Amino acid sequence: MNFQAVSAIYKFEMARFFRTLKQSFLSPVLSTSLYFVVFGTAIGSRMEAVGGVEYGAFIVPGLIMLSVMTQSIANASFGIYFPKFIGTIYELLSAPVNFLEIVVGYVGAAATKSLFIGLVILGTAHLFVDLNIDHPIAMMCFLVLTCLSFSLLGFIIGIWAGNFEQLNLVPMLVVTPLVFLGGSFYSISMLPPIWQTVTMFNPVVYLISGFRWAFFGQADVSIGVSLGAISLFTLACMAFIWWIFKTGWRIRS
Amino acid sequence: MSVIVSVQDVRKIYAGGFEALKGIHLEIQEGEIIALLGPNGAGKTTLISTICGISSVTSGKITVDGMDIGTDYRKVREMIGLVPQEISLEPFETVINSVRFSRGLFGKKKNEAYLDEVLKTLSLFDKKNSKVMTLSGGMKRRVLIAKALAHEPRVLFLDEPTAGVDVELRRDMWNTVTKLKREGVTIILTTHYIEEAEAIADRIAVINSGEILLVEDKDALMARMGKKKIRIELVTPAEAVPSQLADYSLVLSADGSALTYTYDTNSERTGITGLLNDLQAAGLQMRDVQTQQSSLEDIFVGLVQEGAK
Repeated sequence: MNFQAVSAIYKFEMARFFRTLKQSFLSPVLSTSLYFVVFGTAIGSRMEAVGGVEYGAFIVPGLIMLSVMTQSIANASFGIYFPKFIGTIYELLSAPVNFLEIVVGYVGAAATKSLFIGLVILGTAHLFVDLNIDHPIAMMCFLVLTCLSFSLLGFIIGIWAGNFEQLNLVPMLVVTPLVFLGGSFYSISMLPPIWQTVTMFNPVVYLISGFRWAFFGQADVSIGVSLGAISLFTLACMAFIWWIFKTGWRIRS
Repeated sequence: MSVIVSVQDVRKIYAGGFEALKGIHLEIQEGEIIALLGPNGAGKTTLISTICGISSVTSGKITVDGMDIGTDYRKVREMIGLVPQEISLEPFETVINSVRFSRGLFGKKKNEAYLDEVLKTLSLFDKKNSKVMTLSGGMKRRVLIAKALAHEPRVLFLDEPTAGVDVELRRDMWNTVTKLKREGVTIILTTHYIEEAEAIADRIAVINSGEILLVEDKDALMARMGKKKIRIELVTPAEAVPSQLADYSLVLSADGSALTYTYDTNSERTGITGLLNDLQAAGLQMRDVQTQQSSLEDIFVGLVQEGAK
């Protein structure tokens, strides 16, 4: 393992984050505050508690997941797409590094950034609602795993994308709808039976459900299934990235 | 000198079917500067890209210091530095951070003193904390070289390092390359500037349409440049070169109307006066006399055109 290289990639990517620290910090704080004002206070005050949890608190795990997933994809896809766009990818391809080292460096940095944002949102949420985290270690595990797996997906999107439009296409058209329809703002049990069945095909449901269980001890699907789903998703992304570097798809002529 | 880079029968066929390299054979000696000379699209960058690992090889074998570029890619790549043709740099990062990144990426531990030395050599030290985006084009090109040297490579590939730079910077680059050679770095340079190859290369390889047309010592080529020819047109065509003119190694044209004499302009005696006297003594009358000088450019153009047929 070329640790020097992993560290170099990680630090270089994190430097990009620190250069825009104010935006990185303010943007999630502002958007989360808006969500709480609209969904938590304005609408939430007229809604019943969900499974004994006040609605304002109920949406916190979903809000964190929404930001963490979209930020992970955005950070990781941009992280690898930008060197392709400006041509500096040549250095990566000619360096004594293997695919795992590249992935650990880029995905590690992207996941760190989104983890930071997730924790900032959690802190902001505390300003608006009373939150009790039943299983803090499990919560952190789910959060880290989600950051990692969606950063891996973002990395794949960054390699696949041929232009900036494509870079935003998958997050806009696929990921955001899946996250919104994955129970971020509601419990699956609130849906009609037929939609409850349909929604089970949405992989994001398992992540949000597991994350919510870590907060409130209640979930739409069992915790084991949630963990299995996120592990499977992570492995599938890793396998795909391994194939990308083996074949040079979209990166090596 | 030992062979440090060996390219054996390397072919590169792109997905669309275009054959960019057609069975290239090339051996690069340790410590030399070799110039890959060729027109645009000749395959210079493709050849460099395959050696550096940016582009895959369709068939053939490439070794660096005896190690295969595929199976021993880590050791091979640690030895190689690459300066690309395009200015490809992270615009928002500082010069020193860009260079530090390159050193780390190639697995080397921190060595600020060495990096400062590299920046000084390239007249970049004053700009080490400047953002890349604020530098001029010439300075950015120097940053590319600094990045390529950051991990102390033994072999340096320079892909068109002076394309689009002014004369002064070009001379600076040549001095830098010569200095690196003195320090023991093997340098492979692609260029389509013949004067550049003449100025700094030890050997010259001419490449066109994916084929190496010539690999020769620069001095030998220069000697060839020094050759001059005199074409003597005769009033009456001769059937053969008269025996008393045998020492001049004259070449008689197919129709017998002209004789060609080749001589070395650098030699003390060209033999021209003697030849003209002896021609008269042999009874040959001259209608006209023309001189021709071959240059490296003539050789290059001739080879490229020949290869294109």
